[in-house]
Amino acid sequence: MTELATYNFAYLDEQTKRMIRRAILKAIAIPGYQVPFASREMPMPYGWGTGGVQVTAAVIGPDDRLKVIDQGADDTTNAVSIRAFFQKTANVRVTTSTTEATIIQTRHRIPETPLTAGQILVYQVPIPEPLRFLEPRETETRKMHALEEYGLMHVKLYEDIARHGHIATTYAYPVKVEGRYVMDPSPTPKFDNPKMHRSPALQLFGAGREKRIYAVPPYTEVVSLDFEDHPFEIQSFSEPCALCGARGTYLDEVILDDKGGSMFVCSDTDFCEDRQAHGHCGHLSANPAEAAE
Amino acid sequence: MYVAVKGGETAIRNAHKLLADKRRGDRSVPSIRLDQIVEQLALGVDRVMAEGSLYDLELAALAIKQARGDMIEAIFLVRAYRTTLPRFGYTLPVETAAMAIERRISATFKDLPGGQLLGPTFDYTHRLLDPELAADAAVEAPEERVEETHEPAPRVTDILGHHGMIETDGELPEGTAPGDLTREPLAFPLERDLRLQALARGDEGFLLGLAYSTQRGYARSHPFVGEIRIGEVEVELEVAELDFPLTLGRIRLTECQMVNQFKGSAKQPPQFTRGYGLVFGQSERKAMSMSLCDRALRARELGEDVTAAAQDEEFVISHSDNVQSTGFVEHLKLPHYVDFQAELDLVRRMRAEHERRDVQETAE
Repeated sequence: MTELATYNFAYLDEQTKRMIRRAILKAIAIPGYQVPFASREMPMPYGWGTGGVQVTAAVIGPDDRLKVIDQGADDTTNAVSIRAFFQKTANVRVTTSTTEATIIQTRHRIPETPLTAGQILVYQVPIPEPLRFLEPRETETRKMHALEEYGLMHVKLYEDIARHGHIATTYAYPVKVEGRYVMDPSPTPKFDNPKMHRSPALQLFGAGREKRIYAVPPYTEVVSLDFEDHPFEIQSFSEPCALCGARGTYLDEVILDDKGGSMFVCSDTDFCEDRQAHGHCGHLSANPAEAAE
Repeated sequence: MYVAVKGGETAIRNAHKLLADKRRGDRSVPSIRLDQIVEQLALGVDRVMAEGSLYDLELAALAIKQARGDMIEAIFLVRAYRTTLPRFGYTLPVETAAMAIERRISATFKDLPGGQLLGPTFDYTHRLLDPELAADAAVEAPEERVEETHEPAPRVTDILGHHGMIETDGELPEGTAPGDLTREPLAFPLERDLRLQALARGDEGFLLGLAYSTQRGYARSHPFVGEIRIGEVEVELEVAELDFPLTLGRIRLTECQMVNQFKGSAKQPPQFTRGYGLVFGQSERKAMSMSLCDRALRARELGEDVTAAAQDEEFVISHSDNVQSTGFVEHLKLPHYVDFQAELDLVRRMRAEHERRDVQETAE
């Protein structure tokens, strides 16, 4: 432990945590509004979850149970690395179970198991500004948010429909929070957008490189942008998970050979394993009888 | 049968072990010592201190060793350490006019008070690879000044300033405290204090490219090197209990005063304007690039048209930090298969629609 003695609980010093907590409180008070904060250089690179790590470090306590996922999975390398970071610097309990976790830090997914009151979902955000790719200037986009001037976004979605017959945004699909701010849900697939709506959990978003924090408090309206005649739709998969047989979950395509063979499996590994443990199986399960035990 | 890849933890551990092994390299070759890096790779150490924003030779050397000579990785290591350090206070502005000068040149005046001093420069060396260096031949002791001159060496901009030919340093309004970009998030548009801070820690290569672009006509500023000086200055801190500032130590700096033409505006008569560069250690390339970029970024203040990349504050400052840039560019290595799956699905759907349209058209 001597090598860690020079670092505070959860790495950040208390002054920094206080600064981040203030930003979080402001973000909760103005749902969907991007609060600038003095993001620190973290011991992992920008773009690798420094915003999420700072938010987690500011809200985590010794009694918390932390789950970290990347692409829905607990065992992807960066999720492993971030989980190990908090084990080392905060010595907190970690879990892969969505229901057991008090804090879940995520990149690119929302767990399939519905979250409950008291849980905190921390998103890692690369580009917090939903208008960024329509207008590269921060000075402009700030003004557009202040004036609630979101016409540009609607024009973009309309142009998609005119060109392709449908909206061609599949992830980081913009949402409107509590009827006011248009917000980037981070690059989660639009499949996950409905899970944000009136979620009992607190949702916090941290963008370290871009120095922004925003939040969706529990039970807040989160509506995906759409048109009356082109309502928002989520992705659907034609086949169930090959391992647990689940339908209505987000699936990853796994390439099996070089002849076009592939299978679809749940991207949420905890959800999938839990179902298998409870006897569900898909058509490629190793041994249905064994899985049922 | 597909088995989800487990063992990310073991893979990471093994990768780190392999990295440590590669870093050490052939065990029959002696390990490089930090003092060797400090002494013999001094300009690399200077760059890590400058862009890492931490003046500590030994830590910079350690970072270079740990990063296997990857400068941006070394800068990142130093930054991540620096951010954990407590702040005791802010030092007084350093007085570069009182610098213990090791090198000082002016391209605008043939001679000037305090004289010109070439110092340890690569300028005028012929870039011929030197086999003697590889053989570790003995090196002669350098010439030394016979007597220490105490002639003051005022900044060249102060010399011109007396005649009103060049803009003065300017006065900040009473009670202005300079910003600190490491403690507050940047909010555009910036004032020059924060802009200079960002440039001082900005990537040398990025600023060099932008500076070069201003010379090639993208926001041309007719620059002259008023002066470059390199040497040590004292760093002083005001302590509440004492009525004199306390000297904490000395740091080596490179300062560049770029002098640029300015046609004048409705409010100001024609005079020379300035771009400023100040960098830890010895780095003329960085200090000069910084001063050219600083001058270009003053376009708004001086009422010039903003037409080129180098004048665009949001563009330059948002992308000058190499720790941020490298992090975000390299994060593309992280898995993105959830997003990619979403895009794959979309492209498949669009291709199916495209085919259907084709079939329809041929049928009609």
